[in-house]
Amino acid sequence: MNTFRKIAVPVGAIMIFLLFWEWLVWVNDWPNYKMASPSDLWPAFWRFRWLFLEYSWQTLWRTVAGLGLAVVVGTGIGMIMGFSRVAREALYPLLVGFNAIPKATIVPVIALMFVGQHDMNTILIAFMISFFPIAVSVSIGLSTLEPEYRDILRSLGASQFTVFWKIALPKTLPEFFGALKVAVTLAFIGTNLMEIVEPHGKGLGHLFDSGKINADYPLMFAVLIALAVLGILLFYVVVALEKIFAGWAERSPN
Amino acid sequence: MPVPIELRAVTHAYRTDSGPLPVLRDLNIKMAEGSFTAVVGPSGCGKSTLTRLIAGLMRPDEGQVWLGGEIIRSPRSTVGMAFQNPVLLEWRTILQNVMLPLEIVKNSLSRAQREDRARALLALVGLEGFEDKRPSELSGGMRQRASLCRSIVHRPQVLILDEPFGALDAFTREDLWQTMHDLRAEEPFTCLLITHDLRESVFLADDVVVLSGRPATAQYRLPVTFQDKRSLNDLYTPAAVEMLATLRHQIEIAQGRTTETAA
Repeated sequence: MNTFRKIAVPVGAIMIFLLFWEWLVWVNDWPNYKMASPSDLWPAFWRFRWLFLEYSWQTLWRTVAGLGLAVVVGTGIGMIMGFSRVAREALYPLLVGFNAIPKATIVPVIALMFVGQHDMNTILIAFMISFFPIAVSVSIGLSTLEPEYRDILRSLGASQFTVFWKIALPKTLPEFFGALKVAVTLAFIGTNLMEIVEPHGKGLGHLFDSGKINADYPLMFAVLIALAVLGILLFYVVVALEKIFAGWAERSPN
Repeated sequence: MPVPIELRAVTHAYRTDSGPLPVLRDLNIKMAEGSFTAVVGPSGCGKSTLTRLIAGLMRPDEGQVWLGGEIIRSPRSTVGMAFQNPVLLEWRTILQNVMLPLEIVKNSLSRAQREDRARALLALVGLEGFEDKRPSELSGGMRQRASLCRSIVHRPQVLILDEPFGALDAFTREDLWQTMHDLRAEEPFTCLLITHDLRESVFLADDVVVLSGRPATAQYRLPVTFQDKRSLNDLYTPAAVEMLATLRHQIEIAQGRTTETAA
């Protein structure tokens, strides 16, 4: 019953959303170049089904690779900032400044810097746009660790590393996963930014671009939906990982 | 085995932006092995600094802290600590929390022996059946019981308690005092208790040391004259009332509300 509800409620919400969308287009009698309706999308999907599979895979693996890089680098920077006050004061303005630069402006810079390295370029942008929340949350998680937590192990002669491994790291996991959920969506934006602004014949961004060039509006909408589906998929992978590694942080609702 | 603790002429100051802030000045305290000493004093008089010095988490500017004939220079595994905040790890069960020090301190116990030790302690404090619960499923008093178990699971020579009962309601606190007596009967350790509660200090300790206001020095030492087997009713005897009145008076002197010099 509970499992059924867990699936039925979100699926029902999506169905209602699609029906509302269809109704909106029908009632306003919009042509599909203004707003394609859900019933226009299925033929677009079906016609390009193999391309969708192939390009989705390309977008997905490069997003995941960028995200993986963001997790490694973001956690590393977060650890440095979390443990050293000097490093935190030194790195914060740099990080904030870097994060404030719209990544769309970096795309051509990266594309020129590594000409032809399409996979690497895309992964780099996905990484750059998504590592910031991870670094910040890890650093805050570590720097706000109550001194008593440190002391219970330090007073036994434990090393800094033991304190990190046994206490600081697991205690930071809920914040880390919160940031990872934000980073997942950001990484998708990064991947598609590269694929759309500097199309190189790969990924859903390229498919979107060719839809634009060929005035195939339902195809463009279909790409958007495919991206949303990939985003939901990856988001729930993170949720599942969170349940496994930080499930203890979830309190029963009563 | 418990060891004696001795602070010899300990002076310490914190470095702050507005210059050094002296917290302890020429502090001398002696605790015999296996004894239970309570330290009371006005707020912010450096009581917690005292615990960190004995735990070896800090070194005093001047003077020495001796533990069983050795000067403390760094943390050592023969010390156990518990705080007002039980600081249990939410991702571990109660049993795993209690076993934590055994993962840090070198010992020859097998995994099964560690578990037996932790279970025995939990049973002793009345937490039998809660071993596999998460800390969030327990009440404040139960969490503090688990925290006490963790502080002595590795059989420390020295137990440092920094206001462990401070955040509990009055009845729970009295229950835990009783538990503390039970633990002391079973486990050998020299204990230092920091507290704000004069009744608590008299009920639990062999000696009560009153610290003066900052920079703190040992202003008064009261030997507790109860027999060893104490009950809460003992707190309402004339002898107890007299001890409490003496401590109350000394605290007022420490707070600077009475100008009379310490006896």
